[in-house]
Amino acid sequence: MIDIGYDAAHLLGALVLLTSFALLYQRRLFSLLNVFTVQALALSGAAAWQGYAHDEPHLYITAILTLALKAIAIPVALHRIIQRLHIERTVEPALGIGLTMVAGVSLVTLSILLVLPVTENATALTREDLALSLSVVLLGLLMMISRRNAVSQVVGFMSIENGLILAAVGVAGMPLVVEMSIAFSVMVAFIIFGIFLFQIRERFETLDMRKIESFRGESD
Amino acid sequence: MGNILTISPHAFSGFVAVAVLLVALLALFALAVVGVAARRAAWVGAVVYGGTAMVCAVVALWAGFALAGRSGAETITLPMGLPWIGAHLRADGLSAFFLLVVNFGGVTASLFGWGYERAQAGEHGGGHGHGDTGPVLPFFPLFLAGMSLVLLADDAFTFLVSWEFMSLTSWLLVLSTHREPDTSEAARLYLIMASAGTACLLLAFGLLASGAGDYQFDAIRQHAPTAGAAAMVVLLILLGAGSKAGLVPLHVWLPLAHPAAPSHVSALMSGVMTKVAIYAMIRVLFDLLGEPVWWWGGALMIVGAVTAVMGVLYALMQDDVKRLLACSTIENIGVIVIALGLALVFKASHTPVIAALALSAALLHVVNHSLFKSLLFFVAGAILTATGSRDLNRLGGLIHRMPVTAVLALIGAAAISALPPLNGFVGEWLLFQAILNAPALPEWSLKIGIAVVGAAVALAAALAAACFVRLYGVAFLGRPRSSEAAGAGEVGVAMLVGMMIPAVLCVLLGVLPTFVIRLFEPAVRAMVEAGPFDDRSYQPWIWLAPTSAIGNSYNGLIMLAAIAALSIPLVLVIHRWASDKVRWSTAWGCGHAEPDPTALSQYSASSFAQPIRRAFGGTVFNAQDRVEMPEPGDTRPARLTALWTDPAWAYLFTPIRRAVNWLADHVDVLQFLTIRSYLTLMFTALVVVLALVAVVRS
Amino acid sequence: MIASVIHQIVQMALVLALAPLLTGWVRLVKARLLGRRGPSLLQPYRDLARLLRKEVVLANNASWLFRSVPYVMFTAIWLAAGLVPVFTTDLALAPTADLIALIALLGTARFFLALAGMDTGTSFGGIGSSREMMIAALAEPAMLMVVFSVAVLVRTTSLAEIATYMMGGTVGLRVSLALALIALVMVAIAENARIPIDNPATHLELTMVHEAMVLEYSGRHLALIEGAAMLKLLLYAALIVCVFLPWGMATPTQGNPLIGLLSFLAKLAAAGTALAVFETSIAKMRVFRVGEFLGGALLLSLLGAIFLYVSRGV
Repeated sequence: MIDIGYDAAHLLGALVLLTSFALLYQRRLFSLLNVFTVQALALSGAAAWQGYAHDEPHLYITAILTLALKAIAIPVALHRIIQRLHIERTVEPALGIGLTMVAGVSLVTLSILLVLPVTENATALTREDLALSLSVVLLGLLMMISRRNAVSQVVGFMSIENGLILAAVGVAGMPLVVEMSIAFSVMVAFIIFGIFLFQIRERFETLDMRKIESFRGESD
Repeated sequence: MGNILTISPHAFSGFVAVAVLLVALLALFALAVVGVAARRAAWVGAVVYGGTAMVCAVVALWAGFALAGRSGAETITLPMGLPWIGAHLRADGLSAFFLLVVNFGGVTASLFGWGYERAQAGEHGGGHGHGDTGPVLPFFPLFLAGMSLVLLADDAFTFLVSWEFMSLTSWLLVLSTHREPDTSEAARLYLIMASAGTACLLLAFGLLASGAGDYQFDAIRQHAPTAGAAAMVVLLILLGAGSKAGLVPLHVWLPLAHPAAPSHVSALMSGVMTKVAIYAMIRVLFDLLGEPVWWWGGALMIVGAVTAVMGVLYALMQDDVKRLLACSTIENIGVIVIALGLALVFKASHTPVIAALALSAALLHVVNHSLFKSLLFFVAGAILTATGSRDLNRLGGLIHRMPVTAVLALIGAAAISALPPLNGFVGEWLLFQAILNAPALPEWSLKIGIAVVGAAVALAAALAAACFVRLYGVAFLGRPRSSEAAGAGEVGVAMLVGMMIPAVLCVLLGVLPTFVIRLFEPAVRAMVEAGPFDDRSYQPWIWLAPTSAIGNSYNGLIMLAAIAALSIPLVLVIHRWASDKVRWSTAWGCGHAEPDPTALSQYSASSFAQPIRRAFGGTVFNAQDRVEMPEPGDTRPARLTALWTDPAWAYLFTPIRRAVNWLADHVDVLQFLTIRSYLTLMFTALVVVLALVAVVRS
Repeated sequence: MIASVIHQIVQMALVLALAPLLTGWVRLVKARLLGRRGPSLLQPYRDLARLLRKEVVLANNASWLFRSVPYVMFTAIWLAAGLVPVFTTDLALAPTADLIALIALLGTARFFLALAGMDTGTSFGGIGSSREMMIAALAEPAMLMVVFSVAVLVRTTSLAEIATYMMGGTVGLRVSLALALIALVMVAIAENARIPIDNPATHLELTMVHEAMVLEYSGRHLALIEGAAMLKLLLYAALIVCVFLPWGMATPTQGNPLIGLLSFLAKLAAAGTALAVFETSIAKMRVFRVGEFLGGALLLSLLGAIFLYVSRGV
């Protein structure tokens, strides 16, 4: 019969995947941040639901961490950075939108083709969560390579990490210690990113990667 | 109920069948001789075309009765050809089906061709024919004979000889318009591609015969090749037969060669010769290679999907009517190959009934396409006769000047756009039923791949509708864009009859498709050992209800009856009770229509394609619309140039051509050596060979 | 048997009667959301009646195709609307109510309308026809992939059986269906020429797709075309309701057709309200962003088809 728990977990995972697609599609930085917030919310919802359905309280902590850091702190901080540095609000993707979307669907198909036959022995929910999270990771990578703006690359990196958390949630949670250390390392990486962005902006007056690349190797 | 078409098999089997076919072939050769010998006579056109039409009609009728009678395969060995092989001919269900298609196309093409040549020669007053038709007459019956021979061949040698014969005669027919500037380029490219294709087929048959040690198809059937050899054969068949059929990226000759020939020959080349290539594919992949492997079908589906989408996008870029139709042929061949791939995949996974469904979809599309593509090429010939132009941007408003042609063209355009209740829709419907059975397959990549291929088929069908709205809208509707279009007149009766026959059949096949599917069921059964209606408890004739795990049934007759039942009362009610007054005036055009002296301000062919060019063309063709706008005050006109590049040329054939040229330049040095150098070369070669022999022997 | 024929006739009359009502409802809700009083709910009926009484003005070079397209288009869409089970699945034409045939009937209507747009030889007609075919080139594959997802789940493409299966309650919250629903809604917005694809209330060239094709029509022809557009909106709403939210519909074995009718009216009102809210909260897109919008719908429906295999087995 129907297994609402199963289907709800599946839906939330699919929502994370859909938001990764939407991230590829966005043209404006603020809407990019909004979509990222939705992704983080969906992820914390998925973690909380898994904690409820499988009766594992430490997943609740994962959910709260994700909510606090990814859904609130990081978007607010990026918002501030964008306003402070007067970053260009519109971003053009490097490949055309059509090509990016086709690449996205191919990556999802690739992850499904990879994961499903390999994990024949695991439970169904685990297999699908692994397929979904691999897709989210690949889409995050695609976003990093198909964007020129530094802020969008940071968001892409964050969404890769979201994919990894989704995988962890699906495999009935990582130990809390590992969870906390990953969260802290992401936080540290993020702070370093922020400092870097400020410094790059001050030195080069721009955060557009193409223009910055042209400075390579010219100091000699 | 399924026996409604059974005729006693004995009358049409064995000796009678063979005699009929051989006499037909000899008659075609005789007509060719007449065409050469009496070429100055006034009656030669009527005799050759009339004779060809009659011979083809006889063969088509024989093939139809052979299919209906479900007789088995007949063979005969002729004492011609290579001394230790002879020429084996065999007619089984598949050959009979394709013979029916080919010769029916021959009948309509002969009828149309006769009227067309008379009009081109100026007999119908003020013929706009540009250039004479040239020496078409001798090669036309030979072309049909060659195609029929390919279908009957039962050993590799006869097959390849007939294949080359077919290519050569069609090449000569393409060259018959040699006075036009594009023809020599088109013919040269065609000859190169055809030769390359035959070379691939040669290799394929060599590999096939290696297991059996014998070139006869019967022997090849007994000894299936090893897995590696089979994979090579599949690849070579795709290259060889695929280039003749027009699979991307080997399609580049098609948009050049098919339009270069006269219109009735173009109809045969597009509508029928490509189907002979499909026959070659079916014969080898389903019959001679034995048990298929799942990825063969997958490869065919990928190639077919790319071909279908690219073909229709090419068609949307063309402004020449015949080139557009040739590119549309590429799209339809892609769809047929997708259906063949599906049939192979289902055959490999041992569900023969679904494989029969997919193969029926392919064969039905073969029939449909030969019908409506012939019709559309005839329409193009009629337009050419009436206006002297093939350029869409110089046509317009022909619906008023060529009323009958316009109706028939509408039927053709609606049929090829897969609109119910015409026959194109039934083919697409069957294909979708086959695609819906994908979840039953065990391989993951196939399951997901078939969903993607289904999206590609749907995309190609929707783009095809756009393409033919463009063709019909620009050529027949609106206002005439040139004086030739304004002065066009309806074409002669022979041409109209040649067009009417396929049009009527398009409607009939759309409404009663089950008859045709039952007719070619022996062909399907010969290839996959099952029929599409097996496992069904009742055998309908009005309903199209194939056996399928997922699916439904379709009824064209009810659809047509419902549309009639709704529309006729609607018209009557509205005219009686609402209003039936009409006032004629100038067009409204939001106030911009008057004063509008020139008809060139209406949408042209390239304007119509612009949204699609912009949406799809940027990625696929690198399409750009370049605008040169002069400064205000400058009286020069603004210029819009639509540029696009064919990726097959840019990435495949131009590099190959450059490589060949480079190689030729470097090898050319060998022409200018001294005598001592030549002697040195020969001496070195001899010494090396002797050394090799010594090493190998020891 | 007799009951199904009666249901079918009632259905054909019902869709004809309800279509202008739905359009009137959407316009009324939109007006209220924008702070206006809005036209009466029955205004579309009055508009159609007025147009039917007027004489037709034809351009000098209009052909027989131009004059017959309104009838062809209206008939095709009316037949398609009659095939979608609305208040009961016990219809006489239910065996022919194949989803693929339905999409093809809509394609027929669109084909002939695009031809009519090309007929008078003005540039507006060409604009409308070319843009409409571009939109169709992406919307039709998206819709066919939705059909694929639904058909693979339910194992048939017959609308009556799909509705019955969905009502059975064994389906659950499947991701494929959610994706298919979103894609179908996007396609419905595009096909009905609603904001953000096209503006149904404008005669400005920049925003025209559907209006440009029918610019030259007047009198009873225009009444038929507007009626067909209203029927198309009703058809898409009924389709979405029938496939994804069919509860309340009667079947040959159980349920009351009257209850089915009432539930359908309620769902229709909800759909109209949702459409009005959506249209007032979003701006119209540039024409060339429409390709991306519909490309997104196609990719969503394709993802939905792929996700069929990821879930609980097919």
